Amino acid sequence: MLKHACITRSLGLLLAILWMLPSVASADSSDSLNRVAELLASKRFNDKYQAVDLLAEQGDGKARAWLDALLNNRMFLLRKDKRVVITDKAAGEVSDATTGQSLGNLKKSALKKITLNNRMRVQIRAALAVLDIRNPDPAKRLTAVEQMLDRPEKQHAELLKPLVGQETDAGVREAMEIVIALAGLSSDDKAERIASVEVLDGNLHPAVRNGLQRLLKDTKDAEFASVIEQTLKGIQAKRDFYSFIENLFFGLSLGSVLVLAAIGLAITFGVMGVINMAHGELIMIGAYTTYVIQQLMPEYIGASVLIAIPAAFLVSALVGIAIERGVIRFLYGRPLETLLATFGISLILQQAVRSIFSPLNRSVETPSWMSGVLEINSALSLTYNRLYIILFSLLVFAVLYLILKKTTLGLQVRAVSQNRQMARAMGVRSEWVDAMTFGLGSGIAGVAGVALSQLTNVGPNLGQAYIIDSFMVVVFGGVGNLWGTLVSGMSLGVVNKFLEPWAGAVLAKILVLIFIILFVQKWPRGLFPQKGRAAEG
Amino acid sequence: MKWLTSDRGGLVFLGLLVALTVIVPVLNLAVPEGSALHVSTYTVTLLGKYLAYALLAMAVDLAWGYLGILSLGHGAFFALGGYAMGMYLMRQIGERGVYGNPELPDFMVFLNWDSLPWFWYGFDMFWFAALMVLLVPGLLAFVFGWLAFRSRVTGVYLSIITQALTYALMLAFFRNEMGFGGNNGLTDFKDILGFNLQDDSTRVGLFVATALFLALGYLACRAIVSSRLGRVAVAIRDAENRTRFVGYRVERVKLAVFTFSAVLAGIAGALYVPQVGIINPGEFAPLNSIEIVIWVAVGGRATLYGAALGAFMVNYGKSYLTAALPEVWLFALGAMFVLVTVFLPRGVVGLLKRSKGEG
Repeated sequence: MLKHACITRSLGLLLAILWMLPSVASADSSDSLNRVAELLASKRFNDKYQAVDLLAEQGDGKARAWLDALLNNRMFLLRKDKRVVITDKAAGEVSDATTGQSLGNLKKSALKKITLNNRMRVQIRAALAVLDIRNPDPAKRLTAVEQMLDRPEKQHAELLKPLVGQETDAGVREAMEIVIALAGLSSDDKAERIASVEVLDGNLHPAVRNGLQRLLKDTKDAEFASVIEQTLKGIQAKRDFYSFIENLFFGLSLGSVLVLAAIGLAITFGVMGVINMAHGELIMIGAYTTYVIQQLMPEYIGASVLIAIPAAFLVSALVGIAIERGVIRFLYGRPLETLLATFGISLILQQAVRSIFSPLNRSVETPSWMSGVLEINSALSLTYNRLYIILFSLLVFAVLYLILKKTTLGLQVRAVSQNRQMARAMGVRSEWVDAMTFGLGSGIAGVAGVALSQLTNVGPNLGQAYIIDSFMVVVFGGVGNLWGTLVSGMSLGVVNKFLEPWAGAVLAKILVLIFIILFVQKWPRGLFPQKGRAAEG
Repeated sequence: MKWLTSDRGGLVFLGLLVALTVIVPVLNLAVPEGSALHVSTYTVTLLGKYLAYALLAMAVDLAWGYLGILSLGHGAFFALGGYAMGMYLMRQIGERGVYGNPELPDFMVFLNWDSLPWFWYGFDMFWFAALMVLLVPGLLAFVFGWLAFRSRVTGVYLSIITQALTYALMLAFFRNEMGFGGNNGLTDFKDILGFNLQDDSTRVGLFVATALFLALGYLACRAIVSSRLGRVAVAIRDAENRTRFVGYRVERVKLAVFTFSAVLAGIAGALYVPQVGIINPGEFAPLNSIEIVIWVAVGGRATLYGAALGAFMVNYGKSYLTAALPEVWLFALGAMFVLVTVFLPRGVVGLLKRSKGEG
């Protein structure tokens, strides 16, 4: 407690002087530095405290450097003449602290340590915070203010009050306001206390909650306690809301990945009735295409991802068309055989990638415009890469939807999927349509691979990890229905993320799988079944 | 017995099996080790493993070839049977484990559990474990089939949800909290029914038992497919709705055959585990289940003995290639899937029959 009071007193003194500083300090700065040096050389801690106070009053760049050096044990006394010196940590070079003159490398024995105690460290930190509050760099100012947030004092508030108005950076200003209000909480004036609580109402900063909780424990005033409790409850409700939003966001981003992975399958499986077990490997090929393109243009990582999208589409589409022309067309009307043959192809593709690229995972770099965090408030921050994935999957969905609904190819695809014989009779080249549809579905898988390369490791098993999930999405959504795939992918993603906190990731996945297995028993045609009169599909 | 005598391929198969069962133990136990005719215990165990696979393939063939259900989850029934046997073998270790706890298997001691979970009770008795080998896969197949067939989930949908089933089980068994040894599964077995598992004679005994079960399994399957039940099953395979409209209780037939097939797979798993000495969640992997299907496809489906033949051929190829040319194995397996489905829809047996003009 004593220590505390002392700091408070020294801070008070410091503040009083701070107002007169600008005119006085610059005039006799070297004089007072000499005085500080004298005090630091003293053996008594009381002198050292005074030295720190003096430095804090100084308030210019040199004083800051001194405080910093002192705090980090880089400040020493020369044994021969008690001069104060600062060592440069990196080079080990020693220079005179007052004049800045270099003294070269000195032996350790020539230097005498300036010992600190804990009280002094606290004092120095506080002084540094006060100095940094006027730093031109907003990041430095923010750190300084956040230092005060841990234990806001009345003096801090007094110091900050005149500065709030001048503050240009919104983040720093918000932090300053919190400090002032938090300090006001322990005011003697009840009205001011309550006003401070009202200012803090709904504020999500963790320090606010901690401060209020601490106060709730300390306070003896029942009325005030109930006000705090109310505010805390409001804050908690708000935090819960934002954590709900965050979960939803995570769920949607997982769902987007599922939609991306499954939507190509929805076309080949849904529209053509072909089970393509190699779909996961087509995703993998897209991811590897991204990797190869990054290897080809290492200087342009940012652009490489954008180039990879059409490239992956083309590569996967060509592989897909080759699969369709080479194998699947011999197996139309035998869905179970198609399943086996395409599974064989998936094994071949996996081993091919293993032989070409090595069985180890390849790392694909994330371009700078995709990394980082969008901070909405202190309770909610969204990562950019997930945000982009959500947008990207919606874009892919929209494009695919338009292709199927608005283009000639789409018209023919729908015609063939509804009634192959009739479509052929109307002059649709059904073989060509089959190849194109399969190419389209495969190409979309490749595009999904580009997105996945930004989220997970790119390795030969990438496809396998997603194939079962993709099938689940398609089956749950209803075969042959793009909207169904979108809804089911997103909802499975969200459900998964909401189950995770209390069930764990693996158990959540198991529960979702069991849910789908049971769901399909009740509604074998999925959420959005295709309408038709056939007894057997 | 007309169903048996008219089945020439089956008689050849049973004859070969009997010959194998007699010759291999004799060559292993009676012929001295240095002799060129000696069959090593390693080979006996390998053959025993193939026989267990053959039984599994036969179970899949019964469901796929005769009922039209392409199960991509039979590996799950196999693994469950294996786990039931593994739990018995685990309890037999007793105090000989690393931690020397007479009651708890090593992994439970390692996880700081202080008592046996309820579902491990009774597994110290062989008869109980043997019952569970039949009951657990059978019950799972019964419940799963009852739900699926009643709501008329068919074709590729059924295949995909069977795959989801085994995938979910794999994820579950990987969890340590499940109480089945998590990642490492069950291993370090010492003895079965008092016989040391490392002894040559025990190995040979297991081999003979597996051959016996394969023969019995074959006879049972043959009896089923030759019976009225089997013929209705074939009718369902070829035209499910027509069979239903004619008045057969399609669901019951499917459920009966499917459940029997799962029990058979469970028995195969129980025979497999003491021979290979380990069971872990990897057995639930969807890839394993699909591999079984390719054994059947290679051998020739709807023949039963073809499935056994396919299991032998593919696994021999796998043992050979993964040792000699590991890079090539997946290429070969993949090519097998493609070529067999496109060019050999009736498998090797179909090829043999055609060359003899029976096709």
